[in-house]
Amino acid sequence: MSRGLTPSQTVGPFYWGTLVKTCHAELAPPGVAGERIALALSLHDVEGAIVPDGVLEIWQANSHGRYNHPDDRRNLPLDEGFEGFGRAGTDAKGVARFATVKPGRVPWPAGGLQAAHVNVSVFARGVLNRLATRLYFDGDAGLADDPVLNLVEPARRSTLIARRDGDGVWHLPIHLGGPKETVFFDV
Amino acid sequence: MNEETYRRPSAGQHPPNRFDAYKSTPGRSPGKPAVVLPHSLSEITGPLLQAERLDGLENDLTRQRMAEPLGERIIVHGRVLDEDGRAVPNALVEIWQCNAAGRYHHPGDQHDAPLDPNFYGGGRTRADAEGGYRFVTIKPGAYPWKNHHNAWRPAHIHFSLFGPAFATRQITQMYFPNDPLLAFDPIYKSVPEGARERLQAAFDMDSTQPEWALAYRFDIVLRGRNATPME
Ligand SMILES: [Fe+2]
Repeated sequence: MSRGLTPSQTVGPFYWGTLVKTCHAELAPPGVAGERIALALSLHDVEGAIVPDGVLEIWQANSHGRYNHPDDRRNLPLDEGFEGFGRAGTDAKGVARFATVKPGRVPWPAGGLQAAHVNVSVFARGVLNRLATRLYFDGDAGLADDPVLNLVEPARRSTLIARRDGDGVWHLPIHLGGPKETVFFDV
Repeated sequence: MNEETYRRPSAGQHPPNRFDAYKSTPGRSPGKPAVVLPHSLSEITGPLLQAERLDGLENDLTRQRMAEPLGERIIVHGRVLDEDGRAVPNALVEIWQCNAAGRYHHPGDQHDAPLDPNFYGGGRTRADAEGGYRFVTIKPGAYPWKNHHNAWRPAHIHFSLFGPAFATRQITQMYFPNDPLLAFDPIYKSVPEGARERLQAAFDMDSTQPEWALAYRFDIVLRGRNATPME
């Protein structure tokens, strides 16, 4: 039997209630394997102004490249206490911060490996559908061969690549539209 | 790999990103089409949040404080299904809403209506093996917003669904049947006709509890899987 999908609606401005209970800005408790990283994702509107009332979620593999999910059936280690999900609201400066470990590379269905990446969902007042994008790491092995980046026109690929500042924090500005519009994916 | 992929929604089921009558959308919507992504493990896996500890009262928004909140007590229940009618078991369901007077327990809500110290407005539950979920809450009020002159949001409850995969992640809003404000609400009307009606819960006389609460049924349908495994 075919049923019609439930349509999407905006998260609105007043999500504090439930969503904060499931906030996980720190994904990796002590003991989880991998390189510790800090992410700072900033959210911007079409004019470049910050969006201080957004919600960002991340989903990632662990450092071994394994997703903590039953459909990832590969024989790779799972890390105790690491699910790979994070959620944070953007702050008064439009930034959502996460502390996690760098994900390992995961396979591509047609063969080969994808470059290390974090999957990102964007929600905000004025955003009617979840916007999906990715965060890659500047200077990483595999960026040039990444099958997803290669689906994107070359001039726009940099919108998906986080850069490291002097303190070691990985920054990725997410532009909802305008001249610096981020590449969003139909997942 | 033999993992299944998820079907792409056909046209006309979700709102467009830009819907000018909802005035926040032009400044916050992409102008370029989304890049279609073939499904890899990154899209067919997703947070199941099985380790999330839910306290027993999180699905009863009338019993989270010292006393019962003011307002009309209601039961909101339904099933989380996929497009093929199969249950999405154990799905985390999150809701949030304003109080009976139309005011959110949120510092950004400055609507001139009373806060209710006994109503926080957030709830969570986990669907059962058949995808069934149930909340007890109070009926939210309508509230004004500044989208246009004399704009009022119809009474609604916000829903957040994870489903089984990153690809199925979704946030939506549940409305009450035949609310006269629906005809004037650009957020509801951003969804094409023929699909938007699915956002109205059904009044459910059979599930009411005599002498206690009326009931509404809201089934949630997430993307179904493709029948053929990916290469
Ligand atoms: Fe609302």
